[in-house]
Amino acid sequence: MNSDKITKIVLFSVSFIILIIAGGMVFSLVGGAIPSFKTFGLGFITSSQWDPTDGRENYGALPFIAGTLITSFAALIISFPLSFATSLFLGEYYRNTRVAKILGTMVDLLAGIPSIVYGLWGFYILRPFLIGLGFENQGFGVFTASIVLAIMIIPYATSLSNEIISMVPNDLKEAAYSLGSTRYEVIRYVTVPAARSGIFAGYILAFGRALGETMAVTMLIGNANRIPDSLFSTGNTMASVIANQFGEADGLKLSSLIAIGLLLFVITGIVNGIGKMIIKKMN
Amino acid sequence: MKAIITVLVLAVIFSSCQNSAKKKTANEKVSITAAGATFPLPYYNLVFKNYTESKGTLVTYGGIGSGGGIRSLTDKVVDFGATDAYLEDKQLAEMPAPVVHIPTCLGAVVIAYNLPGVDELKLSNELLEKIFLGEITKWNDPQITANNSGVKLPAKDIIFVHRSDGSGTTHIFSDYMTKISAKWAEKVGTGKSLNWPVGMGAKGNPGVVGTVSQTEGAIGYVGSEFAFAQKIQMAKVQNSQGEYVLPTIASVSASAKGDIPDDTRIMLTNSSDPESYPISGFTWIILYKEQSYNGRSLAQAEETLKLLDWLVSAEAQAEAANVNYSPLTDDAAAKAKAILRTVTYEGKAILN
Repeated sequence: MNSDKITKIVLFSVSFIILIIAGGMVFSLVGGAIPSFKTFGLGFITSSQWDPTDGRENYGALPFIAGTLITSFAALIISFPLSFATSLFLGEYYRNTRVAKILGTMVDLLAGIPSIVYGLWGFYILRPFLIGLGFENQGFGVFTASIVLAIMIIPYATSLSNEIISMVPNDLKEAAYSLGSTRYEVIRYVTVPAARSGIFAGYILAFGRALGETMAVTMLIGNANRIPDSLFSTGNTMASVIANQFGEADGLKLSSLIAIGLLLFVITGIVNGIGKMIIKKMN
Repeated sequence: MKAIITVLVLAVIFSSCQNSAKKKTANEKVSITAAGATFPLPYYNLVFKNYTESKGTLVTYGGIGSGGGIRSLTDKVVDFGATDAYLEDKQLAEMPAPVVHIPTCLGAVVIAYNLPGVDELKLSNELLEKIFLGEITKWNDPQITANNSGVKLPAKDIIFVHRSDGSGTTHIFSDYMTKISAKWAEKVGTGKSLNWPVGMGAKGNPGVVGTVSQTEGAIGYVGSEFAFAQKIQMAKVQNSQGEYVLPTIASVSASAKGDIPDDTRIMLTNSSDPESYPISGFTWIILYKEQSYNGRSLAQAEETLKLLDWLVSAEAQAEAANVNYSPLTDDAAAKAKAILRTVTYEGKAILN
């Protein structure tokens, strides 16, 4: 066999393994979720009851779906000005300078901090700070969780958009300058439009990351199984309820938790799908 | 022809494997494996280590949760399991063979709170019901102050912190609440995790204690094994005799002074003893009544029983208080010993 063939076989089999793993996960999620969907039907998604008490078991995932989407959207909104500004700073204004390198490294470092550390920081520093500001009396809830989530997703949004922004061809920008554009106008009318699909992809990635984040959120959101009625009320997310409750779960409850896992998988898939569609349209 | 030979070869290989496995357990030194509840984990770690050092039998205990302990015993992958909630009749019937319960020590659920300057807080059954159902929301509510004359309570919101994960601690707590409050029984009920009417969740005893101690005005319930090791304010709870009792090693043990059934399967909450702290309970070890299964050797069964007999002896029980557990009462220990003597190997009692 020549080396070409070997390479081909190795590459094919390795990617095939990944396909099998992903497929196997979907398969086991669906298999595990069947009893729950059989019992509750579509009501599983629309019901906000979560009663694990023996004899009157009733599971609905709506509070967790709501909690996940609300915290993730809020995190995206909070992180947008920060990460967008940072990526412009790194990719345009101070490209290839020392300041940009240091800042870029710091942003990448944010991605490397374990989420439990973010959780601890939120618990011991951010929470008392928010209580001190007088927003709320106990500091747990959607708002606190969203702020920490926002900081956690900054590197995902920043790195990709920064990369894309710095890849905008110089010819384009120089052409705009030669027409008398100011720097702001170049960014506004040339850089950002040229890079927008990449920037958007960065935020989709960040949003996906926020959807699945578990540890930091569970430490801060208050783990109350109801639909949050304000930004400052407690709630729960899909990933967090799974992490909290699977340990002692069996039977219908275990199946319901797996079903939540499946729903999270589906939601992430939908978000990515919509993202790809929008990117395609932009191009 | 080829297929037949393959089958024969495989059969020989499989049978020889089984033979060697059996021989191994018979000849080699016995080691004991167990898994289950996390609540008694520090106690088991301590006494099993002592036992390994003094008797030379290696004992391994995995704290994987009560549910895991029951599953492991069902799957017959451990010598014994451990659980904080006894197996109901229905669960017992579902086990592959008869199972016995051995109580090993007692623990309690304490009501922890965070109110600077409030050193003593007395909670009647009625107050517990109203606080945990969300009917009383301020600390200076007249109903609380009336029950705590001489204590200055702040005008803060009551923030209830419960467990976010499933837990034996929640089970004992909710069992007690169900016994003292009809409203609770109807609205919430008993279980390892519940449909909480108010409050917020924190993961594990450390999570609850952390949240309570970081939040002024918070109240939560915590396993005594953890709470006793922390500097945390604990409420006096009214027992069935009307006394307000602080949770201590002694008051928790006192809850087992009443009548205990011979199979020891009883929730001790709301005990009738006047000195008892009412939110207390046993933790159990569970094992098969007939020890000859899955090719277990007699030596393995004997060592398992010896260990358990030692675990309920005065020597091991004396260690309990050192790690904040309450020792068995003499009556409970005697019942445990009697149960161990009913455990058999091929029909013959192992201990005598």
